[in-house]
Amino acid sequence: MIAESGHYALVLALALALIQSTVPILGARWRDPALMNVARATALAQLLFVAASFAALVALYIVSDFSVVNVYENSHSTKPLLYKITGVWGNHEGSMLLWVSILALFGGLVAAFGNNLPLSLRAYVLAVQGWVASAFYLFILITSNPFLRIASPPIEGRDLNPVLQDIGLAVHPPMLYLGYVGFSISFSFAVAALLEGRIDAAWARWVRPWTLVAWIFLTLGIAMGSYWAYYELGWGGWWFWDPVENASLMPWLAGTALLHSAVVMEKRNALKVWTILLSILTFSLSLLGTFLVRSGVLTSVHAFATDPTRGVFILLILCVFIGGSLSLYAWRASALKQGGLFAPISREGALVLNNLFLTAACATVFIGTLYPLALEVLTGDKISVGAPFFNLTFGPLFLPLMIAVPFGPLLAWKRGDLLGAAQRLTAAGIAALLAVAMLWAWTRGGNAFAPLAIGLAVFVIAGALTDLAERTGLFRVPFATATRRARGLPRATWGSAFAHAGVGVALIGIVCETTWNSEYIATMRSDDVAKIAGYELKLDGVTQRPGPNFREMQAQFTVSLDGRRLGEMTPSKRNFTARASSTTEAALLTRGASQLYISLGETTADGAIAVRIYHKPMVLLIWWGPMLMAFGGLLSVSDRRLRVGAPKPAKALRGLQAAE
Amino acid sequence: MKKIRACVLAIAVIAGSTGAHAVQPDEIMSDPGKESRARELSRELRCMVCQNQSIDDSDAPLARDLRLLVRERIASGDSDAQVIDFLVARYGEFVLLKPRLNSRTLLLWLLPPLALAGGGLALWAYGRRRYGSSARADDSLVKLTAEEEARVEALISGRTAKDEQV
Repeated sequence: MIAESGHYALVLALALALIQSTVPILGARWRDPALMNVARATALAQLLFVAASFAALVALYIVSDFSVVNVYENSHSTKPLLYKITGVWGNHEGSMLLWVSILALFGGLVAAFGNNLPLSLRAYVLAVQGWVASAFYLFILITSNPFLRIASPPIEGRDLNPVLQDIGLAVHPPMLYLGYVGFSISFSFAVAALLEGRIDAAWARWVRPWTLVAWIFLTLGIAMGSYWAYYELGWGGWWFWDPVENASLMPWLAGTALLHSAVVMEKRNALKVWTILLSILTFSLSLLGTFLVRSGVLTSVHAFATDPTRGVFILLILCVFIGGSLSLYAWRASALKQGGLFAPISREGALVLNNLFLTAACATVFIGTLYPLALEVLTGDKISVGAPFFNLTFGPLFLPLMIAVPFGPLLAWKRGDLLGAAQRLTAAGIAALLAVAMLWAWTRGGNAFAPLAIGLAVFVIAGALTDLAERTGLFRVPFATATRRARGLPRATWGSAFAHAGVGVALIGIVCETTWNSEYIATMRSDDVAKIAGYELKLDGVTQRPGPNFREMQAQFTVSLDGRRLGEMTPSKRNFTARASSTTEAALLTRGASQLYISLGETTADGAIAVRIYHKPMVLLIWWGPMLMAFGGLLSVSDRRLRVGAPKPAKALRGLQAAE
Repeated sequence: MKKIRACVLAIAVIAGSTGAHAVQPDEIMSDPGKESRARELSRELRCMVCQNQSIDDSDAPLARDLRLLVRERIASGDSDAQVIDFLVARYGEFVLLKPRLNSRTLLLWLLPPLALAGGGLALWAYGRRRYGSSARADDSLVKLTAEEEARVEALISGRTAKDEQV
């Protein structure tokens, strides 16, 4: 009964989405407020029905109803409740349902909080959301229905893949999808602007908070996924340039560019056409990511060719939306009026440079990810494009961007003074040089690249602080005045300073981890001592113990530094009976931003155990950086300017009131 | 392992692989210099039964065989380039995570710098056309009239004075 209700609710959501994608457009064409307002009602009702459908699937997982194929294949009655719930999106069908639920959530939010939008713009935006939603509802109902029943229900489920039975699955996919799908709003705004043929600075002000929210979630989602991979997969890697990761990195890069170009558009009414294009591209890359991951094309081009129903369906959606929106763009973009002029050296110019490098970096990831697929389809040749390629091509694109970051906020709009900005960055430059010199002296004869990269990171962080100091007049005016000014600064200014500093922080973490990471690989017996980076780790013993749905072998290590005991670490290996598979649970000991990392390997016949111990200096900065970036984004979203919405010209306001 | 890996991929999570224990203690060479060469090489070689993993990261049996093979070649005195050539001759270009530059991969290597150069060129042309023409046609963007300068002066001094008063 629950399954059927969930299925039915999904069908109703599709029907509502179809109404939402047609009626409001007619309303906007005929200038009929009643028809335009249909968008709001349908978007909210659609959210209600998808939520009901999603809740139904969650309920099926909680009660372990194995008469439903999806539950049978991915759940088990002894699984802890948390993993029963997260297991809902730990599979293809469920994760697609989560995808459309989040799409409906964003549509519902626009409907509920978009009161300050012009009626016709809101109608168009929600209609475009309706198109995307309809396509994905059809996809789910036709090819990936999570509510299918089994004729003769089995007594027990097949359990969720043990690697996924982790808190990471509870947080990472929903975050990532909030980011991915959140970009659908800027896409809808862009297509709506093209359909209306009208776009102004107010448009950018409406789009920015939505883009920011999506960007914040995507940033956190990627960082969270990276940390999950780091502690769960057992060898301490945190980024692999895997196509699946690249699929999430591409929308992030394009989305970051979009955030910056939207600023130019809002403040200076310039870069309109480019901002529209970026909005379309960002969501297109999200769709591409969904296609890459969902169609199985990454596993093998041949697997895709042998069971192509799902893949072809998403490919079709991809072609229709990307092709359609880009054609619309080519057709209508020239009608949009160009905005304010600016000199090459100016805040706008700096943001254009940012966009150039971010899009080039995005293009690099795109080429590296899709080139092997294209080559195999066209010629049958198989090549691999992996981490060494991306490090070699992506890195050089990102470094110049980092040098430019501190300059941007210090340049004036329209026409900036590069020399003046450089003078104001003197202190930051000196701090960076000091950092380089100190590191060089400290790691004599070591890697020459690392101190330079850290110097660059220090420059970025100090540059962000310089921007704040300049704006508050710190060190130039009395301290009380400076603090008063600091309170008066727009939150968006604080936000960009935090976000930029976050980039520097992450870079320090990345460089430290990759350069000064030390590792100890050996077989150990009880009372053996491993020495790494000054730490002594003594293996006290190995014990066996049962868990809720697994058995684990746990090793106890005592960690000490200079004879002083610091604590215990207990890495383990878990055996899951239902899937006859095992996972490695690494043990982490955090000291400041650095971590000790132990993971267990196989036991040998004579009772010794293979261990890998890493010391990862400053590794946590890799994730603190993105958290700072997301916090900056949050500050920016909370800026009063964005909450109150765009100012309406008095005349237009009167016109609206007259209409009502 | 490949199956688990496929499952991980199949749910759109960012993940590399599972429970991996790439280099085993018994594989490590006694000479640390040679061992570190072997590790460097391993990072550039693909475990061909895995999804985009280097043999240094993977714990598939094939990856272990390849790691041992790399160490065998190094022990017998091969240079890094010779080891790579040997593996490519045996397993094809697919084994390299960083493809070599040839007619098939020319575009792969050229497109990223071309994207940057093309974008830069387009911006330069666009900026020249817009900024150049407008600056010629009307100097107002670049230079303020005396009247405007006076007004700016008045605004700035008025504002700072007020700022200090509060």
